[in-house]
Amino acid sequence: MLSTEYRVLRGPEGYLPPAAASMGVVLPEKGSALVEGCIVPKEDAMELIADKLLSAKNPFFFPGPLVLWAWKDGVVEKAKAIKEMAEAAEAKIIPMPDYRPKYPMINPAIEINPNHPNLTIWHNKIDVCVFIGVHCHYANMALKIIRGGTECYTIALCGEAGHEDAMISLRDVRVEDLKRMTQIIMEKKGVGK
Amino acid sequence: MIEQRAVEPAQLFEAKKESQFITGSEAIREAIRRANVEMAISYPITPQSESMHLVGDLFAEGYIKEYFRGENEFAVMSSVAGAAMAGVRVFTATGGPGTLRAFEAFPTWAGARLPIVCAFMTRGVNSPLTIQPDTIEMAYMLDTGIIMLHAETAQDLYDMILRAFIIAEQTEVHIPVGVFTDGFFVTHTRDKVKIAPADMKLPPYDPYSSPVPVMDMENVPFRQMRDPFVMKSNYVSYAAHASWQQEVMAAAERARKYIKQYIGELIETEYPDADILLIGSGTAVSQSREAMAYARSEGFNVGLVKIKSIRPFPAQEIRELVKRAKVVIVPEFNRVGWLAREIKSVAEDTTKIVVGPHVFGGMTMPPGMILDEIRRTSV
Repeated sequence: MLSTEYRVLRGPEGYLPPAAASMGVVLPEKGSALVEGCIVPKEDAMELIADKLLSAKNPFFFPGPLVLWAWKDGVVEKAKAIKEMAEAAEAKIIPMPDYRPKYPMINPAIEINPNHPNLTIWHNKIDVCVFIGVHCHYANMALKIIRGGTECYTIALCGEAGHEDAMISLRDVRVEDLKRMTQIIMEKKGVGK
Repeated sequence: MIEQRAVEPAQLFEAKKESQFITGSEAIREAIRRANVEMAISYPITPQSESMHLVGDLFAEGYIKEYFRGENEFAVMSSVAGAAMAGVRVFTATGGPGTLRAFEAFPTWAGARLPIVCAFMTRGVNSPLTIQPDTIEMAYMLDTGIIMLHAETAQDLYDMILRAFIIAEQTEVHIPVGVFTDGFFVTHTRDKVKIAPADMKLPPYDPYSSPVPVMDMENVPFRQMRDPFVMKSNYVSYAAHASWQQEVMAAAERARKYIKQYIGELIETEYPDADILLIGSGTAVSQSREAMAYARSEGFNVGLVKIKSIRPFPAQEIRELVKRAKVVIVPEFNRVGWLAREIKSVAEDTTKIVVGPHVFGGMTMPPGMILDEIRRTSV
């Protein structure tokens, strides 16, 4: 049975948490965002992202292949904007360049893999993470595993339709959105007012 | 070949249409003519063969860039997977034993997030050998992870196939769509089908919005091996595989929005508040509609529910409709009653659901059979 009560909250949720989409959580339309399974205005979600990053003890960005290589026009500008946002939030960066599992073990201090993202989060004691530039399938796969087994608060800045399995998700994220979030972060820090 | 221009999907779907008196197989040809398909791969099996012959004609006319015959259905479905991984909009069709022969490919398509569109022209499967209409293969397909639409008429077939590409290719959906129709009853009969102008076609597929990396010179086939978790025996591998499967099911849930947008609701109803509801899919709906007309002329309060989307299943809609009805009759062209099982799985009170009437092995279903059930349950 579908439930409208399901909320996408900080974990650990359990052994095998469901896909939020299968629990009735729907993706936002353009101009809106998702916060813990509820649709909110995009600007509100941006404010909340800034709050979560600034209140975190150990925030990390996980940029994926879509922003790690200059495979089309505009990606370099986007990558620069991501770096500026991470620096404004005083967050560290661990890239996710590859999706294939690495055996026998990744080095969780410097790597993250969508098939076992919990290892990197546990090792680095990451309490807030930002997915960006990760192909949607792999992002959702990883976000569920993180929700299931860790206490990490997940944020997904998606260039497509967004992610139900993140605790906060924006859709259609462009360079100007990243710059806007950097501006919000700086204002909340009391810089550039 | 008529010179075509790519237009927005809505422009094509809402364009002024011409009515043609054509078979279901020809309706498939006309849908593919306008679908901007780059590649089609065929293998013959009755009652599907004609449709892919006609798609081959489109290749000869220049509408499709590549077309060939595979060695068998499994080869076809595997080739189709390769084409889709490489970012190509691709189409194929099969039916009955061909569906079963290719079976491993279907969950593979879904698991690899491939937006393939495949038409299934259903027929009986062995044994004993039959080529006649039967929807039993749909029972087997229910849990493969693909979206399943069930066409009642040639018009449905044309509309659903054309729209299936747009539904399948949404980034957040991006799983295969199977458009099923009842072999012979639809494929080999003529009907009026409203068709968009032939000088319009769908916009091209953009593989770079895929939720998984597309196979190209940066992501060569070696890297397309989708992380063989199965080779490892540890909790991490199991958890990743589980989360992967959940994501495929989630993709089908997200398709609801686009099925509603492009095909209308997942169901259609006539007299939904009636005491007796006939719920069906495919050509069982046509027979039920006839039976309903007879029954209403005799004073029975009968309504009709046509289920267009089998996967995702219209669970909420059916639950509400069954709750209001006193009796629900589920006519089907197969021996197992898979649609009745689906309905029972979401209904609160299953005792009001009549499993049947059934016909199979190629038998037709006279509306009188359904009418008898209406009379019997009204006593």
